[in-house]
Amino acid sequence: MATLQTRATARIMMSPAVILLFLWMIVPLVMTLYFSFLRYNLLMPGTEEYIGFLNYQYFLTDPAFFTALANTLILVGGTLLITVIGGILLALVLDQPFFGQGIVRLLVIAPFFVMPTVSALVWKNMLMHPVNGLFAWIARSFGLQPIDWFAQVPLFSIILIVAWQWLPFATLILLTALQSLDGEQKEAAEMDGAGAISRFIYLVLPHLSRAITVVILIQTIFLLSVFAEILVTTNGGPGIQTTNITYLIYMQALLQFDVGGASAGGIVAVVLANIVAFFLIRLIGKNLER
Amino acid sequence: MGSITLEKVSKSFGTTSVIPEIDLEIHDGEFVVFVGPSGCGKSTLLRMIAGLEDLSGGRIIIDGKDMSSEAPAKRGLSMVFQSYALYPHMTVYGNIAFPLKMDGQEKSVIDKKVKDAAHILNLTNYLERRPGQLSGGQRQRVAIGRAIVRQPKAFLFDEPLSNLDAALRGNMRLEISDLHHQLKTTMIYVTHDQVEAMTMADKIVVLNAGRIEQVGSPMELYRNPKNVFVAGFIGSPRMNLIEGAEAAKHKVTTLGVRPEHIRISTTDGEWKGKVGVTEHLGSDTFIHTQIDGIGQVTVRTDGDFDTRHGQPIFLTPDPARLHRFGADGQVI
Repeated sequence: MATLQTRATARIMMSPAVILLFLWMIVPLVMTLYFSFLRYNLLMPGTEEYIGFLNYQYFLTDPAFFTALANTLILVGGTLLITVIGGILLALVLDQPFFGQGIVRLLVIAPFFVMPTVSALVWKNMLMHPVNGLFAWIARSFGLQPIDWFAQVPLFSIILIVAWQWLPFATLILLTALQSLDGEQKEAAEMDGAGAISRFIYLVLPHLSRAITVVILIQTIFLLSVFAEILVTTNGGPGIQTTNITYLIYMQALLQFDVGGASAGGIVAVVLANIVAFFLIRLIGKNLER
Repeated sequence: MGSITLEKVSKSFGTTSVIPEIDLEIHDGEFVVFVGPSGCGKSTLLRMIAGLEDLSGGRIIIDGKDMSSEAPAKRGLSMVFQSYALYPHMTVYGNIAFPLKMDGQEKSVIDKKVKDAAHILNLTNYLERRPGQLSGGQRQRVAIGRAIVRQPKAFLFDEPLSNLDAALRGNMRLEISDLHHQLKTTMIYVTHDQVEAMTMADKIVVLNAGRIEQVGSPMELYRNPKNVFVAGFIGSPRMNLIEGAEAAKHKVTTLGVRPEHIRISTTDGEWKGKVGVTEHLGSDTFIHTQIDGIGQVTVRTDGDFDTRHGQPIFLTPDPARLHRFGADGQVI
């Protein structure tokens, strides 16, 4: 691709795909932006008019907004914590040679293929149900009072379900990173007198830092918009204890029919996601450059 | 101190025996080279001494103590790996300091030892760099630095020069020999390159298919190879091994004569033949000749000897320097 001519040709050939992708992104964004400045309620058709930043004012001063923001961050942080630590441990175990390794690896990866609504329903009705659930049965067989998961620790329950879904992803990426660690380096460390724990801290963890960064960045993008698990289990409740930003916007748009307010919320969510991304890149992005 | 004794050491993977049974004595301060073709078990033997590979039988005694089942770190040996195995996320300083840090030594002591090692190896200006920013030769020196700071009983080198280009390899050969004279520590060096073995070793151990073929000083092996394998392996270009009618004349199965022990002439001589390919190295000329009734014979002569392809040629081997081997391949 050296000459001017080939470069021009390349641009022309790429343009349909680039233009399509650009429109696909820009049209919904501009429409959302436009709606966010209108009074636009589906219950009052025909009364749309420009109202300036009023939608933003209502959304940002809604007491539910700050709870939802905190819930979103706790949900993201908690899930990341569980999946990264759990993923490292699982990857270390799966890296050892043992009988039935192939089957076990397949089983570990399986939750990733279950769709969020289904897995949330399975957790709600078969595992966490206070009467029929497996956890309740275990608690009762030890003579303990069963926990009513979604009433007593609703946000933690959601975190558990989401973490269960994302653990395979983290494990998979960390396992492949672990397998690329040079065997001679491990042997050199062994000869240098490093025990198993020192080898993990000084050799394995630094080697994994890049993969951990990738896991955190990708998961954060998806975890900011967790929705299905909340919808089928708690519906954002009790109260607003499990309402995150995504769910709050859903309530605005489809339970209160306030398209304008929901659009303003959507724009706020976009801005928040970018703030989170900015700080993440500042914090851990340097790991990717090496 | 660093004497190492191998007693009936053997290794097998499942049912395949890699090393049948080996006895070997390595004295304190010796530079021992294990040499042999690839797959002869020399690296496995080294890794067994290091403790990275379990023994299937026998004992390894280091400084009078049985270390056969000790952990690698407890044996007091250091190893330089073929891939160098430097820690990529640590600086040169961190790499060299790592074994001391694991040993729990004090910061000031570590600092002094690392600086000393860096000084010996000309790495003082590179201490803050990472391995990725160094050239092959520098990485090699860092790997050696990491090995010497522990002041081990013996150094183990696993084909350390095979990733370097030819010129650098020559330099590093000198540097490692120099280091041996400075430190006077036992060194065990594994290579498949007989030139490295000849130039560096006090004692060469020639291995073939897991067995020791011969042990001795470089010149001993050159002058008196015990069998056909050693005769063919040591020396470059390799010894001419002649079988058939010519060998029968001397009442042997195989007759060996080195290329440098043959007189070449265009007018008269014992063997008559034709010149094949000629390799001019400047100082020497290697002439590959085709001799009637014998086959290919390589001759080494001085750089000014001029020949054409296909020219008739006469060769006369030095009768005092003939090597005679019996039907079992052993010297007669």
